[in-house]
Amino acid sequence: MWVYEKKLQYPVRVCKCDVRMAKYLIEQYGGADGELAAALRYMNQRYTIPGKVIGVLNDISTEELAHLEMIATMVYKLTKDATVQQLEEAGLGAHYVNHDSALYYENAGGVPWTAAYIQAKGDPIADLYEDIAAEEKARATYQWLINMTDDVDLQDSLKFLREREIVHSQRFREAVEILKEDREYKRVF
Amino acid sequence: MTSQAPNSQERVYSVYVGPFDPCPPVPCKTYVVPPHLFLGFQPPNLPQFNLTEALRIGTLWPALYSTYTPHIRGGN
Repeated sequence: MWVYEKKLQYPVRVCKCDVRMAKYLIEQYGGADGELAAALRYMNQRYTIPGKVIGVLNDISTEELAHLEMIATMVYKLTKDATVQQLEEAGLGAHYVNHDSALYYENAGGVPWTAAYIQAKGDPIADLYEDIAAEEKARATYQWLINMTDDVDLQDSLKFLREREIVHSQRFREAVEILKEDREYKRVF
Repeated sequence: MTSQAPNSQERVYSVYVGPFDPCPPVPCKTYVVPPHLFLGFQPPNLPQFNLTEALRIGTLWPALYSTYTPHIRGGN
């Protein structure tokens, strides 16, 4: 179970009315390398991974949900007061027709989220390598998102999220090292 | 392949420029190599940021801190 704390992991401030960014930020909401995909991927893989590294997947997947909330907040702030014309000009006309200003798990191109984005191979090394790749792809996505805006407040939150991807990648790499080590075998000698 | 100072978090590579490229060529491109790629298993007792600073930037350890400056191909 989880205990919910009713605050964001990191404050989200958006100072520029730039509806266009909402369309791009959605990539990290419902995209292949987004926070939802990350959270669900790790939360599912943790059942069939050696006990020593379950905690890493559990903790990181939980944090990804906190990131998902931050992205949702950014998108919501950028779209809640947008006129239909502004949405249309930002490339969100089709989104408006289907969802009004509601958030939806889709990527920046409007493609709905699919479980095909994530894998659970049951092989601990294969799964952890996928997780490392996912973190690096998310880091890159944050870089391109930071490049797409000159809103320093938004950039600040995105830089925090990018740094977290780096820490997560490091932890998954350490998880691989833990699984590579064969401590029990060494004890025999 | 050219590279910057070894401790830089950015690498540069040159790109072939064709005689008939339709757009103004970008001869050098860059990519980021964050510090965790070189850390291996994190050693104990690394120096830490103070807590306020750590909460702001997203990591407790300078060894894992990666700055990112907006960088747009063809100039900001």
